[in-house]
Amino acid sequence: MITRSELPLRVINSSPEAVAKAKARARRSFRQIRTENVFKRTLMIAGLLMIVLVLGICLTLAWQSRLSISALGPKYLWSKVWDPVQDIYGAWPFLLGTLLTSFLALIISIPFSISIAIFLGEYHPKGWLPNFLKNAVELIAAVPSVIYGFWGLAVLVPIVRSFESSIGVQPVGVGIFSSSLILAVMIIPYAASLGRSMISLVPSHLKEAAYGLGATRWEVIRSVVLPYTKSGLFAGILLSLGRALGETMAVTMVIGNTSLIPKSIFAPGNTMASVIANEFTEADKPVYLSALIELGLVLFLVTVVINLIGKKIIDRFTND
Amino acid sequence: MDGKNIKLRLGKSYGFQWLIYILAFACLLPLLAILFYIVRAGITKINWHFLVNIPKPVGESGGGIANALVGSIIIILSASVIAVPIGIMAGVYLSENRRSKLAYWVRLCTDILQGVPSIVVGIVAYFWLVRPWDLGPIHHKGGFSALSGSAALAMMMLPIIIRSTEETLKLLPDSLKEAALALGMPFHRVIFKVIVPVGISGILSGVMLSIARITGETAPLLFTAFGNPYLSVNIGKPMQSLPLLIFNYATSPYTDWLNLAWGASLVLLLWVLFLNIFTKVITRKWKVQL
Amino acid sequence: MESTIIKSRNFNASFGTNHVVKNVNIDIPRNHIIAVMGPSGCGKTTYLRCINRMHELIPGASSEGEMKLNEEDVYQMHPIFVRLKIGMVFQRPNPFPNLSIYDNVIAGYKLNGIKLPKAERDEIVERSLTKVALWKEVKDSLNKKGSFLSGGQQQRLCIARTVAMEPEVILFDEPTSALDPISTSTVEELFTELKANYTLIIVTHNMQQAARVSDKTAFFFLGELVEYDETKTMFTNPKDQRTQNYITGRFS
Repeated sequence: MITRSELPLRVINSSPEAVAKAKARARRSFRQIRTENVFKRTLMIAGLLMIVLVLGICLTLAWQSRLSISALGPKYLWSKVWDPVQDIYGAWPFLLGTLLTSFLALIISIPFSISIAIFLGEYHPKGWLPNFLKNAVELIAAVPSVIYGFWGLAVLVPIVRSFESSIGVQPVGVGIFSSSLILAVMIIPYAASLGRSMISLVPSHLKEAAYGLGATRWEVIRSVVLPYTKSGLFAGILLSLGRALGETMAVTMVIGNTSLIPKSIFAPGNTMASVIANEFTEADKPVYLSALIELGLVLFLVTVVINLIGKKIIDRFTND
Repeated sequence: MDGKNIKLRLGKSYGFQWLIYILAFACLLPLLAILFYIVRAGITKINWHFLVNIPKPVGESGGGIANALVGSIIIILSASVIAVPIGIMAGVYLSENRRSKLAYWVRLCTDILQGVPSIVVGIVAYFWLVRPWDLGPIHHKGGFSALSGSAALAMMMLPIIIRSTEETLKLLPDSLKEAALALGMPFHRVIFKVIVPVGISGILSGVMLSIARITGETAPLLFTAFGNPYLSVNIGKPMQSLPLLIFNYATSPYTDWLNLAWGASLVLLLWVLFLNIFTKVITRKWKVQL
Repeated sequence: MESTIIKSRNFNASFGTNHVVKNVNIDIPRNHIIAVMGPSGCGKTTYLRCINRMHELIPGASSEGEMKLNEEDVYQMHPIFVRLKIGMVFQRPNPFPNLSIYDNVIAGYKLNGIKLPKAERDEIVERSLTKVALWKEVKDSLNKKGSFLSGGQQQRLCIARTVAMEPEVILFDEPTSALDPISTSTVEELFTELKANYTLIIVTHNMQQAARVSDKTAFFFLGELVEYDETKTMFTNPKDQRTQNYITGRFS
């Protein structure tokens, strides 16, 4: 709906140049109005693209695993033998490997993550030392996972190997244990940084009330800070878990890549992510490929759910 | 409440404090060990020759990582060209539409995308951008391209850019937008000439962070860019990248290749470090005082 | 040219189901200063923001009725045109923080992509800053960013920015409520000078300010235009009991 008037700007004098200038401005303004609508539409399309991508990922994974879902059925997930040469597919070794490595890594890393969170959030929020620690923790997250894997292979595995022979276990070096160690280091930053921001949100009047009753520093942390941030810390742990489940490269290089069910944590194994990385380009039968994609689908669903639960907890916490 | 009890409680408090201090700094040990080892193992391998030559076949010594360096740069630039405009626009969309139903779903999908494991992104990019061009009788033998790798990496960059753009713009005061609108500015000019310039430091830091993130990614490239022993600048064909090279050569049994991998690891590490520091410096320098 | 520049007939505005401006009928004469006053929540700011169509930017906001500028319905024009003819100065001074003082004054042209020759730009900047009595104070620091200016100076800069666009009407939304008394009086001095070339509509919380600067005053209460008269009459002999109560401080 455009005005009848041709001169949207008031003209100080009515000289022909001034009128011509005002007309040019009118034309420009009309052009800008059209551009404005196109622009708003483009913004919306950019946003919609996210939805399209996510739907696309779900559909592609589901469609490409249809062969193995129909041919193998749900018992694929708990069958124990993986022998593609003989057309036997069972995902349990990989599920087990993923669960073992991720949870072991989580257990090892939690004390460190929480300590960093408490140190930075409670004991020392400001200063050069905590800044240094914060940067170092960010650096841990920044190091690419191939480099963790390479270092693990070259340095950690021999150490674990001699450790294993000293306790009388088959000295392979690679295996669940080594991968869990590397994974633990890699996921420390996630719970640590989230935990720190949760802890710094504790209102000081609650802490002061406890101090006022004569509590020691540790007692305040244990009875006020930690309970208050319980759900936030839990969300941080979930985020670390999500990261651990999806980690591919470092684990692939250090886990030993065998399809047998690991007999102990010192045995080699495989995770869902690492078997996909290793065997995807070798899968010469359609069902073989489809079985691998189905693993990808399971991995996708599990990590997405865990991440969303974590984010929901954080949202609820920060909006209270 | 007697003195001994208080002493005990205080002792416990100090004890836990020290435990926490120790645990917190203990995680620096593996970090230092890794950095130290990579520097030591890699520094002797890096020289001009190393940087400008491509790897030699097995058995011949020498060679370098030129194909991986060039490949990484091309793949990262292409990914940025795809992800940065879309990401910033989606971020602007979300910050301008806080409450709409559609924006809720867009935000949700952005969060979902952020949590997708990198190998899954690689799988999906394979089926979208590699498979359709893989026309031989035995599949997996063709169709790989740097472009598909860039697309996969772009998918990983998007959530980071969108998130930081939205958060930056949300922090800007409404009065800025109102002042611009009251002067008769059309919406697109308000965004590009007023809002984005004032928030540029936050938006830029999100972009740099996303670049630093994908520089070290390997899994999405495994079945997309695939790797290439030769130096190539053709984005329609397979291309080598630094993390891919490290992965392939580190898991090989040949000493020459292992040496290449160490040198490449140091280069990659320095690159990532540099990007992170650069981000921090630029963010501080370009921040507009409101 | 007609003597009435803005005319409202049966004008209503709402936020969703919340009806905040009810059936306003008002004629605003050209080159006058109109003060709009009333207690908090009476709808005066909402009505003001409807004149240059800033109200509709809020999600869920709506309006209906006639709002005419020079006999043209403002709601039949594109908002961009409306805002080129009706400028606005806000409560908190909001110069663009990334632009210099010079660029702030011509922001309306520059950011809209209107290219003017340097001589013309310089002339507009000097003319606008002189009109707001800021030229002498900043003419040597035109390239600096405006953050070192005091609150009053920043607000005058915002007025200069609006004036540079040569609108017909300038709306003021509580322009001095964030300023100290001295800055307030310098801004108030501007009003009388601006009257010669523009029509000013000033929403104010401050009754004394309304009495000091305006020719006519409109009193809003609970969304309705209760009384609209010459300022002198309004304050000495109000016709409505509600106006009388407000002026005598029964509520504020």
